Amino acid sequence: MSSQAIINARLLDPASDYDGPGSVVIEDGVITRVERGSVAVSATEILDARGLCLSPGLIDIRVRTGEPGAEPKETLKSASLSAAAGGVTTVVIQPDTDPAVDDPSMIDFIQRRGAALNLVNVRAAGAATKARDGKRMAELGLMHEAGALYFTDGDHVIADSRVLSRVMSYATAFNALIACRPADPWLSEGAVATSGELATRLGLSGAPAIAERIQLERDLALVEQTGVRFLVDQVSTEAALEVLARARGRGLEVATSVSINHLCFNEIDIGDYRTFYRLDPPLRPESDRRALIEAVRDGLIEAITSAHTPAPAEDKRRPFAEAAPGAVGLETLLPAALSLHHEEGLDILDVLRPLTHGPATLLGLDAGVLDAGAPADLILFDPGAPVIVDAAALRSKSKNSPFDGRRLQGRVEMTIVGGRVVFEH
Amino acid sequence: MTQYDDPADLIADRLVPFPKPHFLNAGDLNPPFVLSLLALADACVDLNRQSTKALDLLRGRTVMNLFFENSTRTSSSFEIAAKRLGADVVTMPVGASSVKKGETLIDTAVTLNAMKPDILVVRHGASGAAALLSQKVGCAVVNAGDGRHEHPTQALLDLLSLRRAFGDVGGLTVAICGDIAHSRVARSNVALLSMMGARVRLIGPPTLVPGDADRWGCEVFHDMREGLAGCDVVMMLRLQLERMDGALVPSTREYFRFWGLDREKLAWAAPGAKVMHPGPMNRGVEIDSDVADDLTVSLIQDQVEMGVAARMAVLASLSARLERAA
Repeated sequence: MSSQAIINARLLDPASDYDGPGSVVIEDGVITRVERGSVAVSATEILDARGLCLSPGLIDIRVRTGEPGAEPKETLKSASLSAAAGGVTTVVIQPDTDPAVDDPSMIDFIQRRGAALNLVNVRAAGAATKARDGKRMAELGLMHEAGALYFTDGDHVIADSRVLSRVMSYATAFNALIACRPADPWLSEGAVATSGELATRLGLSGAPAIAERIQLERDLALVEQTGVRFLVDQVSTEAALEVLARARGRGLEVATSVSINHLCFNEIDIGDYRTFYRLDPPLRPESDRRALIEAVRDGLIEAITSAHTPAPAEDKRRPFAEAAPGAVGLETLLPAALSLHHEEGLDILDVLRPLTHGPATLLGLDAGVLDAGAPADLILFDPGAPVIVDAAALRSKSKNSPFDGRRLQGRVEMTIVGGRVVFEH
Repeated sequence: MTQYDDPADLIADRLVPFPKPHFLNAGDLNPPFVLSLLALADACVDLNRQSTKALDLLRGRTVMNLFFENSTRTSSSFEIAAKRLGADVVTMPVGASSVKKGETLIDTAVTLNAMKPDILVVRHGASGAAALLSQKVGCAVVNAGDGRHEHPTQALLDLLSLRRAFGDVGGLTVAICGDIAHSRVARSNVALLSMMGARVRLIGPPTLVPGDADRWGCEVFHDMREGLAGCDVVMMLRLQLERMDGALVPSTREYFRFWGLDREKLAWAAPGAKVMHPGPMNRGVEIDSDVADDLTVSLIQDQVEMGVAARMAVLASLSARLERAA
């Protein structure tokens, strides 16, 4: 049996809190041995990491593609290439395509098409309601059986509390995870920024940050009633974090994700109306960003996502308020996240945990860990290597990156999925 | 023990007056009376299997079937039961007449009361309607299904079917599956089966099982495999198809996949388990025809037959009480 070994690496395993020298042996796409320290290992094929960091591959639970329906924006192939280049070994595709992924055959389609590409692991999230209309429950059970990892209507908020309550209640039969964006749909309607002095000065219509808290309070009340497994999708304000902390204090087990954009940018970035910063949720004041970073430091956030949302130039080259919201992020996820380590002083394992072990645990995947028996989904990276982001060079079909031109540190040298090298710098 | 050549004599011998003036809930009964009612119903089964089925126990009595909700099956069952006992029977599909003219339920009751019926058999879409009528009329009222509240004669006929299949229900484990939340059949069966010593489980999607159902003295399951393990009886409930379209369950195909009874799921129950359904069935939604039509496991046809006998027993017993009060 052929085996591979990666030796002389700096192992970074957030699951066991290990940061130190070591080697990993891989057989048939699975990690069979992890040696910590300078123990010699033998294998048919040896790769000398020369001190580079070796960690589990990143797991991005919120990736949009245009496929099916809007392939010019992004296909599963271009997203997979982008993910591989970014060190993301598992992507969870969002159901807000056209048509929506609200049916087991669609889940099957995405996963089969993804597998045929032979790049990264492509998994799917199913819609919580049919056509994401917020009115009729989708086939959660059949989609769960087909492999859907969780259920969400994406950015569309299920406004009808009775529908959401039924979705949550029904999901408990399958122990399925439901994710919701906390945003009061009426307060947020038409808003492109966070209400406040800046939005007023720029003449942009804003939604108060409290819109997030209001909806979160409702969602958590329903979670408490139904006992569903729940993910607060894309938290972005300090007020929402406080609500979450209180809920957890009452014993509620709810997970939280945050987008890398909200950890790296604040509302000042929209100051020159650059539409790459037109995001949903909109960028928040610096105090919110700081609170989110502290939440990552304290381990309160289970998943950092790229919130990869491709938008072609024609959708972004518009006045700020008319531009499509969202940004691509698969390829810049790692260096952007490492800025929390370099600039904010977070421990590198605390940065990697919500990118690997956190989402794996949340979704019940056996990846996200450097341990015997886990799939050999790995990345080798140089955390200090300088990178200047060039949006035009991104593998994504859409180039709407708010990091365009930004100097970051951290370069993916190699991405390995199931023991196969799918990207090499 | 006395041997009877004629079931009519046996019926007359087993006839006991009903313990209450009305039969509104399964809980109106008590275990000794249930046993005597079942014995009476058994005798009615024998009578019904004869070529000549007429009795005169209710001769001169007027039984009025008052159905505010359409139900061919239950209405016919009561009508046949009353006629076999010799009663004068009037069946009124009220849903199509006076209610549409704006008459209230109490107006209807007062009008009917003036016609001096002896027994009023009532089905109504609102929970508590039979109880309300019982307070406004001078005759005995039998609840033939009120909203999502109770359907006590269904529970009685189910019990009769089970007794005849198993001998005794004490110690049986009965799974009631499907739309528990909206089912009057489930509520009456939980009460009566528990009263008679059976263990009852409720199985269905969380959206169709009331959150506090575990307080009914039942075990609640949302997974058929877990819920059916070791069950002697699988009682499927009718799923209202209007509840299908995205409101409480996503689709009929998903419902059938996870909660519909087919051979595979039935195999998870105890060996020799029997299947029941109050009818009418949605084939391919809550039950597969393959199971429903297999007479070696299905008691569904027995339930229909026992329905007439159980209702005869109830009507005769209520009439005996009226006799005594007169």
